[in-house]
Amino acid sequence: MVRPQDRKFVTADPEKCIGCCVCEYACSMVNEKTFNPNKSRIRAMRMGPLVNLAITCRHCEDPACVAACPRDALKQEENTGIIRVDESACNGCGWCISACQFGAMNMHPEKKVVFTCNSCTDNETKEPQCVKWCPEEALTYVTAETLAQKYRQKAVKNLFQTAEEAKKSK
Amino acid sequence: MFAYAGKILHVNLTTGETKTEPLTEDMAKSYIGGIGLGIRLLMDNSKPGTDAYDPDNPLIYCTGPLSGTMGPTAGNGYAVVSKSPSTGGVGEAKAHGFFGPDLKRAGYDAVVIKGKAPKLSYLWIDDDKVEIRNAEHLKYATVNDTDKRIRDELGDFYIRVSAIGEAGEKLCRFAAIINDEFRAIGRSGMGGVMGSKNLKAVAVRGTKDVNVANLDGFKEYIKMIHERMKGPATKKYKTLGTPENVLVLNSLSALATRNWTNATFEGADKVSGEYLNEHYVKKIVGCATCGMRCDHIAVVPEGPYKGSTSRLEFECLWSMGPLCGIDRLDAIIEAMRIVNEYGMDGISIGVVVAFAMDCYEHGVITKEQTDGIDLRFGNAEALIAIIHKIGKREGWLGNILAEGVAKAAELIGGDAYKYACHIKGLELPGYDLRTLKTAALGFSVSFRGACHLRNGAYSPDVKGKVNRFKIEKGRGKMITDESLMYNIIDSLIVCKFSRGTYYDGWKDLTNYYTLATGIPITPEEMMKSGDRIENLARLFNIREGKGTRKYDTLPWKIKNTPVPDEGPAKGVVVSEEEFQIGLDDYYASRGWTADGVPTIERLNALGLGDLAPIVQKATNGGA
Repeated sequence: MVRPQDRKFVTADPEKCIGCCVCEYACSMVNEKTFNPNKSRIRAMRMGPLVNLAITCRHCEDPACVAACPRDALKQEENTGIIRVDESACNGCGWCISACQFGAMNMHPEKKVVFTCNSCTDNETKEPQCVKWCPEEALTYVTAETLAQKYRQKAVKNLFQTAEEAKKSK
Repeated sequence: MFAYAGKILHVNLTTGETKTEPLTEDMAKSYIGGIGLGIRLLMDNSKPGTDAYDPDNPLIYCTGPLSGTMGPTAGNGYAVVSKSPSTGGVGEAKAHGFFGPDLKRAGYDAVVIKGKAPKLSYLWIDDDKVEIRNAEHLKYATVNDTDKRIRDELGDFYIRVSAIGEAGEKLCRFAAIINDEFRAIGRSGMGGVMGSKNLKAVAVRGTKDVNVANLDGFKEYIKMIHERMKGPATKKYKTLGTPENVLVLNSLSALATRNWTNATFEGADKVSGEYLNEHYVKKIVGCATCGMRCDHIAVVPEGPYKGSTSRLEFECLWSMGPLCGIDRLDAIIEAMRIVNEYGMDGISIGVVVAFAMDCYEHGVITKEQTDGIDLRFGNAEALIAIIHKIGKREGWLGNILAEGVAKAAELIGGDAYKYACHIKGLELPGYDLRTLKTAALGFSVSFRGACHLRNGAYSPDVKGKVNRFKIEKGRGKMITDESLMYNIIDSLIVCKFSRGTYYDGWKDLTNYYTLATGIPITPEEMMKSGDRIENLARLFNIREGKGTRKYDTLPWKIKNTPVPDEGPAKGVVVSEEEFQIGLDDYYASRGWTADGVPTIERLNALGLGDLAPIVQKATNGGA
């Protein structure tokens, strides 16, 4: 039985991400041996100077993309949560693209089949390449549990900091 | 060829015709890309004496060899080159952000745009498909709005747009072309040239691969630069940013204040980088592929300009702040925001307003002529009001000021020329040249007019490597040497903020180039390319009758009004005598004649022998 504590995915911290797209270039460099954001499995959205975020597959439990595929071309790996695409079965209909709430499914410009994050780790860092290259350390490779812990810690810190400041200003 | 697209696109807006030609490896290696390639294409695609606003003047978009790769800063740049409407010589500027890489991915090293569209149009480059589309519904739209509406109508969020605002459409001589909200092809009036062609924007979507020759080597190289970017070489840009200069220059009596009346500003603390960051900066963001980040996004938290948001760097903060005697950052942020909306050069606009204020204070222009605006130094509301007038060319003064200070002074007449601070028609950037005299010499000989980014001549002055209150022999060589590096940086389109990360200088840059392109090049060859580009640009200016010694000048105030401020700089001014010594020294170091003309031997040595007729004509008293 795989526990949620075991499955990792890439997530971006909205406070740190600056939309620089280094992740896109790193992804296409490593996975496609070229520089082309259109072939990246992670995409940065820059909607204004203060609104930036990189998004990729979150390896959902019970993923909508898999359920949506009419040709059974998508399968989720039990251990890792990675969505694997059977390229011979996929006909590029894009139903999974509309099913994904994060826009994390992409159409490969040449192969005309969908592709998404494969958590490309290397032996050196055990982290996907985008995480390794992110200059702002905005990307992390986490489990749902560590992500929750991070935000809990932050919430508690903020609470006590606010209380401390309130005391000081008195 | 790797990294290069290997293709140049030609567009004729009058006829709607487009065609492509290959970029040869020889051309690529000789002129690198960016401004180097652009100036060569300008020379080859224009006839002598063509007015900047004539349809035959080509507007040339160039990518660099590294654009579209993951190369930090160099991966994301593009340059625009044309004959400048402000100087009548070479006009060029670079911008980073996200536009450049898409132009490369669409498959072009350069786009040469000639002619004039019958009605306001935009150019839509979708990989191999090139279309001239109607833009009449975008008339006078702001740059940002144009960007958004074009992406909406073409239906792709990731399309990149490089556009002009109202100022460019109205042929302001210092209009800018802007991409990605606030990244500007700022200097030398490229936006005006675009406007003269009835061209509102260039929109591009590139989906092709960009491949480098040695992927593993390139990967290691950029990893190294990313690491260096986390270190001391870029610290300034990642912390306070360029506004750090406010207090540094102020302490050196080099912060030009009230249109070069004073060299220090009593309000410096209120417009310092420290103050800006503490009270206004909300987030620091960056461009595509860059491991550094430098864009200080400032937001006004309260008061009449509450919510106004803009990126702010030293030059524009200074030009619309201390230079106009203004110590209110909220107004400066708002001014910057509207300057970007109209699409104007953020340096020139401040110098233009300061010129008008100087004229007003000296009674050269009256309150009637300003349409009632009280154009005193320090009046922030007046700054905002006059920017709107200039952006729209509204009223007598707004219309005149949109011509830039050189032409405005001629039109106003009288003593106005004394207050027009420009070189070759381009407004001075943020340094008091009376107290930074290597900079004075360097700026005067720059081929695009007054500019701190052509040879970095302010650096030895600011760093205390020379006696900055004096021009003496040896400065010429200093400027020459630095110009080679700056020309290459602008041809590779490396961001100058990252120049400190190339610890091994030429070796690092040649390595970068060869790993990407597969074209072997030695540091000596690359330095020679830097020299080739400088001489080429000088030749273009000579061909247009603007390139000889009499055009290497300094503004009246720099030579005639000694620094009045107490301190070590009191009484300093650039004398005619030392300036002429400096010019002689500079020409000698370049191997040029006393009239500042490259010799035929020099041209042959640089592989520019085909341009010898320009020199022959000039030395026979032609130009």
